[in-house]
Amino acid sequence: MNQSIFGIALFSAVTAAVATLLALPVAVALGWLLSRRSFPGKSFVETVVSLPLVLPPVAIGLLMLQLLGRERPLGRLLDAAGIDVVFTWKAVVLAMTVMSLPLMVMTIRAGFEQVNRRFEAMASTLGASPWRVFWTITLPLARQSVVAGALLGFARALGEFGATIVVAGGIPGQSQTLAVAIFNLTEAGRESDANTLMFVSIAVAFAVLATASAVQRKGRRT
Amino acid sequence: MIALEFDVRVQQEDFTLHLHDRAEVQVLGLVGPSGAGKTTLLEAIAGLRAATGVIRVGGRTLLDTPSGVDVPARMRRVGYVPQDSLLFPHLTVRGNLAYGATDAARVDAVAEMLEVASVLDRAASVLSGGERQRVALGRALAAAPDLLLLDEPLGALDPARRDRILPYVLRARQALGVAMVWVTHDLDELTHAADRALVVDRGAVVYAGPVSGALPLLGRDRSR
Repeated sequence: MNQSIFGIALFSAVTAAVATLLALPVAVALGWLLSRRSFPGKSFVETVVSLPLVLPPVAIGLLMLQLLGRERPLGRLLDAAGIDVVFTWKAVVLAMTVMSLPLMVMTIRAGFEQVNRRFEAMASTLGASPWRVFWTITLPLARQSVVAGALLGFARALGEFGATIVVAGGIPGQSQTLAVAIFNLTEAGRESDANTLMFVSIAVAFAVLATASAVQRKGRRT
Repeated sequence: MIALEFDVRVQQEDFTLHLHDRAEVQVLGLVGPSGAGKTTLLEAIAGLRAATGVIRVGGRTLLDTPSGVDVPARMRRVGYVPQDSLLFPHLTVRGNLAYGATDAARVDAVAEMLEVASVLDRAASVLSGGERQRVALGRALAAAPDLLLLDEPLGALDPARRDRILPYVLRARQALGVAMVWVTHDLDELTHAADRALVVDRGAVVYAGPVSGALPLLGRDRSR
């Protein structure tokens, strides 16, 4: 165990934050699309988006590992560009992004569904383009859900284990997150250190979930 | 005065609404019982509801199904003031007025005319009912529409407030010369504001012509 507890917590927080920032625009776009549009294949998109919620995270990790393998087109492309993903911090971010996306999409979609569409219609009679309606009416009115979705996504990313350990390996100092470190420490019989990290995880998760819940409650009141 | 022509059909759940009229109007009063299709007609004119047929405002064709013309709501230059005002709750009064405004000077002029200049920096969500309706009216007027659709703009107000707001609407009509379609249940509003009446029932036109001719059909007992 080369990393300090602080180092592990910081690494987890930073990678989870990057994953959340990467997933957020995708979640907003998907949340809006699924709440506002009917299109062929919508059920398929809904299912694919929700898959990480029900599949074993290890299976998602394995899928990513295979997609990123050098014998696959995506892996070959990244290899040609000199980008190493597997067993690096980038793989940690990727695993976190994929695993937190469904929760974010569900929360943000629910927020968009609560926005009264008559406000959007009113804006269009005032000359606003669909793009302007989205940025000035729909998104601001759903902002609490977007913030709550981001917080829940961050919390989910912070707790991610199964996909991360497969695709990133959990290498100390390189791709070891809080969850992976707890596992590694427990395996090594260092219960005291594992317990410390467990309490850090609980405290962070509690703070994030309480904030998300408060933001959502505020959103329902306004 | 503006040339207003419409001959629209909208498929409802249990009947097909078919409303038509063609006249030079300043204010067309639209009256009829609940469920007659008044709001549906306004939404069709505003481009917020799928309709077939023809809609022309001041010579501009907004809808002409046989020719494949269906101008989107944002390009119709038709303002809409619903009964529940629908002010954008996350914006200030100024933000609401300026949302579709052609220029800042028009926002100020409309705010002065409707006497909401003193609440410009207030959140829209904290206004009184009367203020809300004046801001909703101002928001639509600031966008300089060719036609203004008023869906019972005073209907949600108590009689005292209604009497106070009515002059503002009449002033807007006078000062800006904007043509209106005004849905109302109130015969006093109709006689004060409209120069033509269209009486509808179950999605069909029962009467179209001078306001005086509509009054016997409506009966004074229905006025509030």
